[in-house]
Amino acid sequence: MAHGFDAWALSLVVFTPIIGLALVLVLPRDDEGTIKLVTLVTTLVTFAFTVLVVVRFNYDKTDKLQFEVKKSWIDVIHSNYHIGVDGIALPMLALSSFITLLCVIYSWNHFPEPHNPKAFLALILLLEVGMNGTFVAQDLILFFIFFEIVLLPMYFMIGVWGGPNREYASIKFFLFTLFGSALMLLSFLAIYFKVDVPGVAGGHTFDIPLLVAAGKGGMTHGVQLLIFGGMFLGFAIKVPMFPFHTWLPDAHTEAPTVGSVLLAAILLKLGTYGFIRIAMPILPEAARSWAPWIGLLAVIGIIYGALGCLAQTDMKRLIAFSSIAHMGFVMLGIASMTTFGLNAAIFGMVAHGLITGMLFFVAGSVQHTFHTREMSRLGGLLQQAPHMGWILSFCAMASLGLPGLAGFWGEFPAILSAFNPLSTIHQTPLFRGYMVVAAVGTVLAAGYLLWMLQKVAFGAPKPEFADAHIHDVGVAEWIAWTPLLLGIVALGVYPNIVFRVTDGAVTSLTKVFGG
Amino acid sequence: MILGVAASLVAHNPRIDWFGIAPEGTLVATAVAVLLLDLVMPRRDSWQTSRLASVGVLVSLGFVVALYERHGGTTPMFGGAYVVDNYAIALKGFFLVVAYVTILLAVDYIGEGDYYQGEFYFLLLTSVLGMTVMTSARDLITIFVALETISIPTYVLAGYRKHDRRSNEAALKYYLIGAISSAFMLYGMSLIYGVTNSTLLSDISDKVGQTGHGKVLAVAIFLSLIGFAFKVSAVPFHWWAPDTYEGAPTPVTAFLSVASKAGGFVAMLNIIFFGFSNRSNVWWVVAWLLAILSMTLGNLTALRQTNIVRMLAYSSIAQGGFMLVPFAAYGIARDHGHLSVAQTSFQAVVIYLLIYGAMNLGAFGCVIAVARRTRSADIEGYGGLFTTSPALTVCLSMFLASLTGIPPLAGWFAKFVMFRSAIDAGGWAGTSLAIVAGVNSVIAAYYYLNVVRTMWFKAPATEAGPVQVPSALGFSIALCTVLVLAIGVYPQLVGHIGDLAAKAASVATGS
Repeated sequence: MAHGFDAWALSLVVFTPIIGLALVLVLPRDDEGTIKLVTLVTTLVTFAFTVLVVVRFNYDKTDKLQFEVKKSWIDVIHSNYHIGVDGIALPMLALSSFITLLCVIYSWNHFPEPHNPKAFLALILLLEVGMNGTFVAQDLILFFIFFEIVLLPMYFMIGVWGGPNREYASIKFFLFTLFGSALMLLSFLAIYFKVDVPGVAGGHTFDIPLLVAAGKGGMTHGVQLLIFGGMFLGFAIKVPMFPFHTWLPDAHTEAPTVGSVLLAAILLKLGTYGFIRIAMPILPEAARSWAPWIGLLAVIGIIYGALGCLAQTDMKRLIAFSSIAHMGFVMLGIASMTTFGLNAAIFGMVAHGLITGMLFFVAGSVQHTFHTREMSRLGGLLQQAPHMGWILSFCAMASLGLPGLAGFWGEFPAILSAFNPLSTIHQTPLFRGYMVVAAVGTVLAAGYLLWMLQKVAFGAPKPEFADAHIHDVGVAEWIAWTPLLLGIVALGVYPNIVFRVTDGAVTSLTKVFGG
Repeated sequence: MILGVAASLVAHNPRIDWFGIAPEGTLVATAVAVLLLDLVMPRRDSWQTSRLASVGVLVSLGFVVALYERHGGTTPMFGGAYVVDNYAIALKGFFLVVAYVTILLAVDYIGEGDYYQGEFYFLLLTSVLGMTVMTSARDLITIFVALETISIPTYVLAGYRKHDRRSNEAALKYYLIGAISSAFMLYGMSLIYGVTNSTLLSDISDKVGQTGHGKVLAVAIFLSLIGFAFKVSAVPFHWWAPDTYEGAPTPVTAFLSVASKAGGFVAMLNIIFFGFSNRSNVWWVVAWLLAILSMTLGNLTALRQTNIVRMLAYSSIAQGGFMLVPFAAYGIARDHGHLSVAQTSFQAVVIYLLIYGAMNLGAFGCVIAVARRTRSADIEGYGGLFTTSPALTVCLSMFLASLTGIPPLAGWFAKFVMFRSAIDAGGWAGTSLAIVAGVNSVIAAYYYLNVVRTMWFKAPATEAGPVQVPSALGFSIALCTVLVLAIGVYPQLVGHIGDLAAKAASVATGS
């Protein structure tokens, strides 16, 4: 257990936004300047705490939970307030508080209709609590709570500030996710009752590390498969994996820019993180049986997402479909159940967060300036707004996995990992087939991204916008975007920034999988 | 109730723990005082009766707290027919808080309309008296008398808008249903008495556990369960509820859907756990069916409602279905000899009741507030409420989200303990129950969020100004909001109460 500042560090990271939220709620709605300032300071302070955690983290023991706190919470159901980070959680936590800060900066003068910064920023702060909390929770019930907290703010964000079809998109997002998490909760309960954990009160626990250590605890293989199935639904809907992805294009298309960014960069990762943190370590046997199917859905997602992209006319919808494909790569890495694959998956999560987040920012700014995202109406962005055009091109390159940029290190090793999946899955030839399909997916990715680039950035401006005065990248945008762009380059050039953190934790994790 | 107590006094010549029945005594005294005060007060000052009533309820609550502080053991009175244990104390407290909030909800509604005020609070207090007695009742006669004390005043309250035909309909339907359900229940109880030769639940439990009289007991248990199913409006005995809820004055509806429903559930808890435990093979199927039907049909019908009160009526039927899940779970587990589920399921019902009370009363409080402006309960009228009354909208959204079961609002914990009992029971019956409940909580999300969507996403009607919320109503809404948030973030608040209740129950059920 941690002492002094370390004992408080993670709680501060998670709950500082609550303080900001309370302040924002009591401020009058018209006092927009103060509201923005309070939110900015809150997210800055939260990020500063995260940086402190990153600095004080012991990189020689990434497989151990650090900054760990375990306090009694709901005794009646034997659930504890147990939080901590290891090498798997740390990059996600950092990503989460980093992206939220940038979103607040970007929002400074980009409030979508019906404006109301007070409500908008309050929702962002509430979202941050849920996101940060999910990545540090070490207790199934605590995880569930944080996992669910993000639902309502995102629902409101899409529903109030979204596009024309926002009501449909928001309720679809909500019901899909809620359905998944209801089954997930049932699975958590089943684990609680089925796994015997020696040395705890009552013989049962929701504590994740204890459950991982306890192993299968007398469950038959069939029961394990069922329980894993429940969790699979919960997490796969969030990721989203094919065929549970249909909420995503709608949600992304209708959501306001910042909503899309948070959704793509962090919310989707709650699903993949759930697989790595909970489903697979607690039920490794079932995971091995499920892995070929997860791999199958992952590669279907890669191809389906790519083909879906090619059929889009809306720039934002295209990026949304590309998310499905990219998360397919992440899931393929996870399905391989190897150290190599999981490292790639976590890297892919971070990279996708930076790159796709950035792409959604640009799409938002394009919409802000041109009031359309129809690619047939756009063109010549490089001429009219050269900075924005170059940034879009840069992100497209990163997204298609150009070596030297962050996207490469998520995608390429994930594909490679399918060549040698965990031997005890006994499906190596099948996975090699997946590898080939996934490799085809990268070609398609290059296809749709360049196609989008050609439509939006190249050529001459369309007549309807030819004489329009187009604003290029503004100050708030530069401040919000520069760190992202630098991050994409830094991770691309020196991927060890992430691999060094994750490797130890992942290595110790894969020992549980059995090989 | 008074007669029942008097009769027992003569029969057993018992030692009475006066302190133990002080909460009930206070309620009786307050009810009488309210009636007298109304008699001497000029008509325009008769709102003062609400003050007296709420003070009485708070004093009674004070006694309940003192009782809790006094001891942890049980105090049987009247030969075991009346027990003041921790479980009873906890639920007495619950009913008194509900009564207090109901008075707050009603003050302005009743005061502004052309109603008899003193009688209103008298009837309300009498009904609450029945509830507090019910928590301690461990005997068929006491349970029946308590149930009638709860019900009869509410028949009158449902018809309190006497010039409104729908209110008349509400009262009549409610009354007829009450009579029918009592008939079923009494018939069942008389058969049980015939077989077991006792009205005491503890005796019944022993006798029921012995072999023999299988068919008679099955019929008896079945009939009494149907009686209770009417009371708690479980499908297919639910059809009176929406009409009654819609027609009755809204504060009364809030009271009916929370307090009197809870009264029915407490009666079920007592009879099933303390009386029928040993014949779980007879009743678990009934409870299982009632739970599944209530959840599913209640929710599906709620989807189609355009009136928020009717919607909440169907939602309360569905919520009742969720509350029946632990009963079924207990029966299933007991049938397999898995005794420890008794505690988890008992706990689940108690916790669910407490949380349901806070969130449903809050929701009705907001509905009453909005109806002050729109004079209707159409969901359409909630359009744009977020723009005109943001604080009220946030509160109502929180209650609806809590009813859906979204963390960190209290409802999640209620759902959680309910799921837990079903999974703990296990087997195909328990698992199917859990999955049906899970799917249903997603269906429910649609209609709860439909109201939220209307408030947040729709444009307001042009002439709409902000909703004026009177202070009593505002206070009750604020109180429920704080409870829903506090319990949701730190569920141990109610978990502790559930624990106490379960410990009391485990003694009685021998597990």
